[in-house]
Amino acid sequence: MRPVPASPSRVLRRLPLHMGALLTFAVCAFPVYWMVLTAFKPTADIQAETPLFLPTSLTLEHFSAAVNADGFWLFWRNSLIVTAGCVLLALAVALGSAFAVARLRWKGRRGFVLMVFIAQVAPWEALLIPMYVIARDTDMLDRLPTLTLVYFMITLPFTIVTLRSFLTGIPRELEEAAQVDGCTRAAAFRRVTLPLLAPGLLATSLFGFITAWNEFAFANMLIIKNQDDRTLPVWLSSFSNVFGTDWGATMAASTLFALPVLILFLVLQRRVASGLAGGAVKG
Amino acid sequence: MTPPAARPGATKVPVPTATTAAPAPSPAPAPVPPGGRRALPGSLWPYLLIAPTVLGITALLAYPLARNLLISLQHYGMAELIRGGAHFAGLENYREILGDAEFWRVTRRTLWWTAINVVLIMVIGTAVALMLQRLGRRMRTLVLSGLVLAWASPVIATTTVFQWLFSSRLGVVNWLLVRLGFESFQDYSWLAHGPAAFTVLVLLVVWQSVPFVAITLHSALTTVPTELFESARIDGAGGWRIFHSITLPLLRPIFGLVLSLEVIWVFRCFAQIWAVTGGGPGGATTTLPVYAYQVARSLHRYDLGAAAATVTVLILIAALILYFRQMFRQEAEL
Repeated sequence: MRPVPASPSRVLRRLPLHMGALLTFAVCAFPVYWMVLTAFKPTADIQAETPLFLPTSLTLEHFSAAVNADGFWLFWRNSLIVTAGCVLLALAVALGSAFAVARLRWKGRRGFVLMVFIAQVAPWEALLIPMYVIARDTDMLDRLPTLTLVYFMITLPFTIVTLRSFLTGIPRELEEAAQVDGCTRAAAFRRVTLPLLAPGLLATSLFGFITAWNEFAFANMLIIKNQDDRTLPVWLSSFSNVFGTDWGATMAASTLFALPVLILFLVLQRRVASGLAGGAVKG
Repeated sequence: MTPPAARPGATKVPVPTATTAAPAPSPAPAPVPPGGRRALPGSLWPYLLIAPTVLGITALLAYPLARNLLISLQHYGMAELIRGGAHFAGLENYREILGDAEFWRVTRRTLWWTAINVVLIMVIGTAVALMLQRLGRRMRTLVLSGLVLAWASPVIATTTVFQWLFSSRLGVVNWLLVRLGFESFQDYSWLAHGPAAFTVLVLLVVWQSVPFVAITLHSALTTVPTELFESARIDGAGGWRIFHSITLPLLRPIFGLVLSLEVIWVFRCFAQIWAVTGGGPGGATTTLPVYAYQVARSLHRYDLGAAAATVTVLILIAALILYFRQMFRQEAEL
């Protein structure tokens, strides 16, 4: 793509471009860098009048403050349970629907796909009040399974749409060949298509994981009295009650909260970026 | 995890013809095919597979939406929440909020909030995407990693980080502004001033949203064969001409999709605003979703909150129609 050798004039011409690129990178990465750096900085360095942009000495005291804060592990565990439950439920249900849409012909298929697309952009924030009222009426308030169900519904449409596009990408001839060789249709799907679908399942469940892990509005609305059932985002958002203006501990808690998602994202970067973009936009 | 299709009883039914995408009007989709008795379970399969989804959408999406509409037509306060027996109120709640000057202030602010954010997000996102296209491999990877980093950062974690960046005493932003000569930002309390708090929220949302736009538009651009650009260049087209005649038309459909998605996301944004300012100071950052929440939770006027939420949904539907028109243009094979 760039056969021209780097001549001085060319370097000069590309300078604004590269400056722009560096600026973009800096603006994107700095808040994350600053979060992690603050979390490791000794309190004296955090409170220095001139911010220290490079680590001088590192400490784990803020992490121990965050981890030892009241209920941190409990909320971590709550978040994990809700998130895992939502992801597994959404995958199981979506796999069936995606298969029906991508591989079978039936009456009402178009209508079903349309319904899923509409559900995908449902105004969830507008449903806080009825959800609260319904949860209260059915005695589901202050319970983690309620959150699991809501998150399941929030992630389900996207999961179906993305899995469907991954499924369409796998030639059905592979399945048919397996059937010719004597497999049942179910076995053909399980032995041939499912392994090929693994990246799709991975990308989709990552999206579900992030959505559920991050979700704030419903967790804030549906878990009120039973404070032990709160999830991490709600707990973290009330950090001023927890840590005051202890920015070190707050950033350490934020880092611990962001860590699982960042790791997953960076490990699976390429696959997920294309999968998510494709799923969200191309359907 | 076994696929739901793996039910032993069905193994002998090979789900005939239905698999091949026959454009001819095949008899398979009919609820009861005129064939044999054994074909019936085969044609029921799709419906069994989608049943959980339909059930979920009905119970957890359609029902709450309907319930919201119902509550907005009732007298529904604290007493009704506890004891039940809400009375029908007709359009009284709508009359009340539509007659409230505060509601109109909030609506206007929400539209401004959406417009400012979306314009910034789309302009910056497009610029970054176009930049990515012209970068060499190493620089592109660098910028992409930065974008993914910002994209992956959990909303609430970012929210606390921005509060730290804009903190009045030790925040980096104030320090930088003072260093650049804006002395008035010494110990400036961003979240105590309406426009400043609004600005912080805009920056936060833009920072979180640009990566999606940039990466999506970039991946749309990379599907264009490079020969197209090269041959245009050989034919003597300049940079602006190439952008105008090739890049822009190619981007337009996906641009429309992303635009309407961003409108929807920004419009209904709640978590960031609630976590950073709670709608304050003095209501300066209260948008419609925050307003509905406040009315319901602090005033215990669930009926008014539901009415405000219904108005939100109606405004969103306008954006949604745009989105679906784009979507169907894209989804020819739907």
